[in-house]
Amino acid sequence: MEYSEKVLDHFMHPRNMGEISDATASGTVGNPICGDIMKMDLKIENNIIIDAKFKTFGCGSAIATSSMATELIIGKTTDEALDITNRAVAEALDGLPKVKMHCSVLAEQAVKKALEAYYLENDMMTPERQERFSILGKDEHSHTDLHGEEKS
Amino acid sequence: MDISFEQRMQEAAQLPRIYFDHAATTAPRPEVIQVVMSVLQDFYGNPSSFYKEGHKAARILEESRALIANGLHVLPEEIFFTSCGTEADNWAIKGVAHARQGKGRHLITSKIEHHAVLHTMEALEKEGFEVTYLDVDETGLVDPEAVRQAIRPDTILVSIIMANNEIGTIQPIQEIGQVCDDAHVLFHSDAVQALGAVPVHPHDLKCDLMSFSGHKLYAPKGIGVLYKRKGLRIERLMDGGAQERRQRGGTENVAYAAALSKAFQLALETLDEEAQRQTRLRDRLIKGVIERVPHTKLNGHSVRRLPNNANFSFEFIEGESILLLLDTLGYACSSGSACTSASLDPSHVLLGIGMPAEIAHGSLRLSIGRETMDQDIDRFLVDIPLVIHRLREMSPLYDDYVKGKLSCLIPPEGGIDVKITGSYGL
Repeated sequence: MEYSEKVLDHFMHPRNMGEISDATASGTVGNPICGDIMKMDLKIENNIIIDAKFKTFGCGSAIATSSMATELIIGKTTDEALDITNRAVAEALDGLPKVKMHCSVLAEQAVKKALEAYYLENDMMTPERQERFSILGKDEHSHTDLHGEEKS
Repeated sequence: MDISFEQRMQEAAQLPRIYFDHAATTAPRPEVIQVVMSVLQDFYGNPSSFYKEGHKAARILEESRALIANGLHVLPEEIFFTSCGTEADNWAIKGVAHARQGKGRHLITSKIEHHAVLHTMEALEKEGFEVTYLDVDETGLVDPEAVRQAIRPDTILVSIIMANNEIGTIQPIQEIGQVCDDAHVLFHSDAVQALGAVPVHPHDLKCDLMSFSGHKLYAPKGIGVLYKRKGLRIERLMDGGAQERRQRGGTENVAYAAALSKAFQLALETLDEEAQRQTRLRDRLIKGVIERVPHTKLNGHSVRRLPNNANFSFEFIEGESILLLLDTLGYACSSGSACTSASLDPSHVLLGIGMPAEIAHGSLRLSIGRETMDQDIDRFLVDIPLVIHRLREMSPLYDDYVKGKLSCLIPPEGGIDVKITGSYGL
């Protein structure tokens, strides 16, 4: 199993690693027992994500996908950020090994967890938006579900 | 910190790489490669053929067998060449199971065996055999008394690894062998990691069957050995021609058999001094890492361990990340983290010694070898704190710990005999 140059670049030089002390919203997903936790802090002004920072406990691709996710959402509106899927994160990294796709799911979940908190706190959650958060109900480690077909 | 990771990364580009993964495989020694080349060039005949080329190849094969037997203090007819250690394990276990199922269908092994044994046992379970997986203590030791208690009237085989490939713990094989002998139950041991590192004498250890592999002791991959006590009949794994006393079909890999024989001879020539030298280096490494990196513990037994094995758990971080950063600094190492395997579960060995999963993910195995020098350890001891620090700075778990939101499971001072109780409970 080998990582793409881009994954290694984001792992070796993570973008936006750290925390935002006055974050508008935060989300933490994952589980130490499964070996990965991502914490995402967002700074949002006028529904635009003006800053994002992460901290991640996990493997190389977990760190790289967190880093890439922050790059993809900074400057976007919150609704635009909802469109960023795990596949988009993986593609932006020139792909991930199959067994690592769950890391990109975690990255999408971390962003969505923070956005969910933002919408709820500001009373902006609509049924339409609510639908976009269905991924949060999915366990990225229930091997039969999201990436079960990728286990060999 | 005075030296930065970036600085060390730049320096590493100019430095030789350091291979700390001898438990995975070793580089064939020049003398061994020489043997392979010469046999391939000059003795290419098929040992079964009835003419001079064949006789010559057969002679090389039998000389190799005799030398290996001599080194193990066993008889040449007790040595069978296989394609690898995994084949030897499969053959021993399935061979006994299928030959003795009239007597019983129960086997005993431990929870920290190599997959070559564990997955073979699982395959037998699918055939209807029953397997008892013994617990080990927190250092990885199997209690011979637990083996005695697990033996039933229908038990046909006990299989216990001699030296664990991940944590290096060396089992009381002779005591377990005696228990099996007393109970008239066959005893197999996977000694792949032990051969060439510590003395291995199957008769003294009361083993009926023992598995070995060439590439862990500076011979090529693709050659293994099964020791099988004289007179013991087991089923074949490989049906075919009359090779290996009719017990393992397939044209013999003469060049690699000679290579394994040569590598074993070379290992025996310096076994004691090399074991002492590596033990000294290993202990420097263990002491140095624990002193320099907070929240670090040694996994496995502190004394009953392979001379070349050090296995650590670093709290709050994940093993694959450690490997990647160490790779960029010039080191080849291994981890028991889930992310270094195809599954998402951390090492069954680390879980088997009672480690919570969140700590098992942050493990690092360093296995040194013949070419490892003091200066390699010195260099590593400069780099490892930088690597661990860098990853902890990224870790939300470490963040929580620093902010007092999470209690650590490994105390700051760490140690070689730290017992972990509980988990984060997140």
